[in-house]
Amino acid sequence: MDHLAIETDGLVKLFGRNRAVDGVDLAIASGGVHSVLGPNGAGKTTVIRMLATLLVPDGGTARVLGHDVVDEAAEVRSRVALTGQFASLDEDLTGAENLVLLARLYGYSRRAARERASELLSAFDLDDAAAKQVKAYSGGMRRRIDIAGSIVVRPDLMFLDEPTTGLDPRSRNQVWEIVRALVGAGTTILLTTQYLEEADQLADRISVIDHGRVIAEGTSGQLKASVGAGSVKVRVADPSDRDEVARLLAESLDASPVLESDASAMTIRVDDPSAVAGALHRVGEHGLVVSEYALGQPSLDEVFLALTGKPPADRTDPTDRADQEVPA
Amino acid sequence: MSTDQQTVPDRTPPSLDARVVAALGSAQRPPRASALVSSLTFGWRALLKIKHVPEQLFDVTMFPIMFTLMFTFVFGGAVSGSPGEYLQYALPGILVQTVVFITMYTAMTINTDIEKGVFDRIRSLPVWRPSLLVGALLGDTLRYLMASSIVLLVGTAIGYRAPGGLGGVVLAVALLLVFCFSLSWLWLILGLKLRTPNAVMGVAMMVLFPLTFVSSVFAPPETMPGWLQAFVDVNPVTLLVEAARGLMNGDSRPGDVLVVVVLAVVVTGVFAPIAMRIYNRKS
Repeated sequence: MDHLAIETDGLVKLFGRNRAVDGVDLAIASGGVHSVLGPNGAGKTTVIRMLATLLVPDGGTARVLGHDVVDEAAEVRSRVALTGQFASLDEDLTGAENLVLLARLYGYSRRAARERASELLSAFDLDDAAAKQVKAYSGGMRRRIDIAGSIVVRPDLMFLDEPTTGLDPRSRNQVWEIVRALVGAGTTILLTTQYLEEADQLADRISVIDHGRVIAEGTSGQLKASVGAGSVKVRVADPSDRDEVARLLAESLDASPVLESDASAMTIRVDDPSAVAGALHRVGEHGLVVSEYALGQPSLDEVFLALTGKPPADRTDPTDRADQEVPA
Repeated sequence: MSTDQQTVPDRTPPSLDARVVAALGSAQRPPRASALVSSLTFGWRALLKIKHVPEQLFDVTMFPIMFTLMFTFVFGGAVSGSPGEYLQYALPGILVQTVVFITMYTAMTINTDIEKGVFDRIRSLPVWRPSLLVGALLGDTLRYLMASSIVLLVGTAIGYRAPGGLGGVVLAVALLLVFCFSLSWLWLILGLKLRTPNAVMGVAMMVLFPLTFVSSVFAPPETMPGWLQAFVDVNPVTLLVEAARGLMNGDSRPGDVLVVVVLAVVVTGVFAPIAMRIYNRKS
């Protein structure tokens, strides 16, 4: 494709005095999944709502599939689909009625709309629930019927706003499977999420957003590299050995272990995962017994800590900053 | 993508993945829905909601019956000497009051849609933008008709006879619908602006009670103090009731009807564009 799927320049949205979106620049190529990652209140949903023409920006410009979201809103609307954070279908209607309704609004004839609805219901494993009111659906079924509603007509670009928040693991995997299928069929997806793991699983590129600004962008590998490889959690067999084990690991890994409230556990940041095996081996050579260890990927918290200097939970309260000064 | 369908082996059921891809592949883009079709589709949605949530018809059916019986037998004797005589005076007013009260559900419906997220989905569709509102108004019109029929049936059952005949009654209901249609735009603005359905209900009650009671719906204004009469005389509900009463009594003055029609046109002309503007820019 000759143009970018999404291109924004200094996008701003104010809610009263709150700068919900404060100068966002995005350049997202067509094809694949681009993820916008950030905590609650970072401005993810507001960005998506502006791109889907539901909100008019207060500053900057945004082009979606080559069309300006303000001046050519109708053109944008005919080529994108939005699956909002909450089930955006009519809960009082049945699943089938909701899809027929959408199909009619997209211009299908009465009969074609019914056919399209039943085709989508079986594609999304919802045949049995077709005649049930959406309010009786489980969380996973809601997400599926919601996504089905977004592909009544095949969109060139689909916005998925936190598609798996609150879902059980099985439903989450189904949604991921559907997202991969959509991408495989050529739809570009912009997905917002609070979970690094989700972005990691699905996204080709990730924009990390906080306080209405993009604070980092890259592939998941690049982002992780920026915060180190992760951390290793270690438990010792005998709590009285913990201090000695911590000292040895600190030497080998060149990082200071964080002792946990569990008297036999500690966590150490590691930059090079391949060094962990050697470090643990050295602990064994000193006759100390490690009962458990696990190498973890960096969490969103760690990405945030590295990028902003404070964990996401405390970002709303600047007075907390002083408390975050952790001795290195 | 070519138009070839994804082929799947018939012995094993296709995976979710393959079925979704197949369903995507066959998604052709039909021509855009016309304004009429999209409005009627939203009207159909309103009918489906009545079918699935019949409770919402409770107000439409119970209030009119309650009002008709209560006012006739409680106030009738005191105001007009006998319930029968009062019914002849008050029924057109009860009809107006009942339906005007129901108009607030326009605001409730749109507010609930916003709260539930349906609104976002609909606004991101490539449809003629006012069709959600127009379709909702179509559904409301059906509700108004049902309520009107009930009031008239109950009234007739307890002895009301329209001197203006069926023709007069039909014209009075038609005038009532025209008035309520214009009022609906005001409710839409309220429904778009307020935060919760409860807030809508609260404001609606505060507006509707004085508007319908401080009018000539239940009693002739001649007995009221002068300052109150001054309000009653300019209250749009009074104008509507007088016009409807004239039509149903068969002694209609064309000027009364004209005033209501002009009022409805002006209200629609002013508030429909405002409602549409808020609708388009709603954050």
